[in-house]
Amino acid sequence: MSNGTVNLLIGLVMGLNLIALGSSRLPSLIRTISAQGVTLGVMPLVLAKGNIEWGLVLVALGTVAGKGLIIPALLRKATRAAAVEQENEPYIGFVSSLLLGAGGTIAAVALAGALPLLPEHAGVLLVPGAIASVLTGFILLIGRTKAISQVCGFLILENGIYLFGMLLIRSTPLMVESGILLDVTVGVFVIGIIVDRIQRAFDSLDTRNLTTLRE
Amino acid sequence: MITTLIERLAFWVLIAPLLPGIINRVKALVAGRRGPPVLQLYYDLIKLWQKEVVLSRLASAGFVAGPAVAWVAVMGAALLLPVGGAMGFRGDVLVLIYLLGLGRFCTAWAAMETGSAFEGMGAVREVSYAVLAEAALIAAVLSLSIQTGSVSLATMLSPAPGAGAVLLAAGLFTVLLAENCRVPFDDPNTHLELTMVHEAMVLDHSGPLLAVILHGASVKLLLFAVLLTEAVVPMGGLTAWAAAGVLASGVITVTVGVGLVESLMARAAFRRVPLLLTTAFLLCLFALLVAWKGTGA
Repeated sequence: MSNGTVNLLIGLVMGLNLIALGSSRLPSLIRTISAQGVTLGVMPLVLAKGNIEWGLVLVALGTVAGKGLIIPALLRKATRAAAVEQENEPYIGFVSSLLLGAGGTIAAVALAGALPLLPEHAGVLLVPGAIASVLTGFILLIGRTKAISQVCGFLILENGIYLFGMLLIRSTPLMVESGILLDVTVGVFVIGIIVDRIQRAFDSLDTRNLTTLRE
Repeated sequence: MITTLIERLAFWVLIAPLLPGIINRVKALVAGRRGPPVLQLYYDLIKLWQKEVVLSRLASAGFVAGPAVAWVAVMGAALLLPVGGAMGFRGDVLVLIYLLGLGRFCTAWAAMETGSAFEGMGAVREVSYAVLAEAALIAAVLSLSIQTGSVSLATMLSPAPGAGAVLLAAGLFTVLLAENCRVPFDDPNTHLELTMVHEAMVLDHSGPLLAVILHGASVKLLLFAVLLTEAVVPMGGLTAWAAAGVLASGVITVTVGVGLVESLMARAAFRRVPLLLTTAFLLCLFALLVAWKGTGA
């Protein structure tokens, strides 16, 4: 398939980044992450341009299952257990984080031309998409106070790194890809347990409670 | 030249009040009611035109001049749009934006003239929404201008289909909803002054003045519907009749869309409105990015 399809998918990922920045309700944030995971999962098949191997299909299936289904399910479970629905007082407001994210995305698209890329990667938005996702992840990680929103920021950051890895889809072994996926899933699993602990200790998921040490 | 101008004027004056009727009919159908007749606004306008004007003791000439100037400004902006043959000049899109701004200023000014607290509040809200909506509109115009390399409405409203057109359509539709005070930004049916935005500004206007305001609002709605259709659907290669058909169906689609949004969505809370309008601005900004990168690559 052509570069156009890839760019459309990456555009979709960028749009989902901005939706994630603008959404104040945790369920919609998790839904956005899930949609982004599925979009990223389809990406290797589109990038293969016709010659699809079984390894690629496995990576795609694993990504869709992991990023699109398992991780969002874990997050939903954590949300339900902690009974939080809404991000109320973010450090960076929704409008300003949206504007920051949009500015970052535009800068990434505008400045990617200055990077020394291989000629076959010049027409594709992979690198700008990766940088934009990493920036979005940072904004969510810094700007939100609820633990689950921060996990979502971490996931978007990871999605950006995954997008960057798409450049090397031919040379990265399948083991590395699946290892990363497994790490992320375990990471979210662990964070789910931590969220539960924070909830029990402070009766809220506000990570600002964690800044003071107690005996 | 003069005859085309008169034809154009007649088109905008006569067709515009149809749109609110269509919206109300769609809302009624979705809600399972019969609803008012589609031509209701025409009857209302005729009735209001025959009534007398009640003037506040505080009101100066601006109270009367405001709606009149606003109507003329909106009509002037509407006449600039190419409907059935171009009639513009180079840079007319800037005049369009400024005329819309002038219309809004005059409505807000007339609202302040009455000395009523509610009207001042309505004007403040309207203008604070407009600041953000105007940014989105300007971004949309810029993206069209970069796409076609032109600053005149006749040539720049011939867009290329693609991702940019979709973004532009979504952004401009949100701007249309905000500029015309529809749900989710404002509720045209509200009867509670505290929740009004546009309605609060025109509370003290009566008779022919109110008729002028209502008619101007419907012209503005038609203007944005036409602008949205022409900015998104490429109609350059069509014959005059086919283009007219596409334009009409586009405007009706937009109108029905407004009606559906109004039936299916609740009004957004005041603090959510900036987020919505920023989203519209960003949609237009990304359309701009697509236009810029698309021509560059």
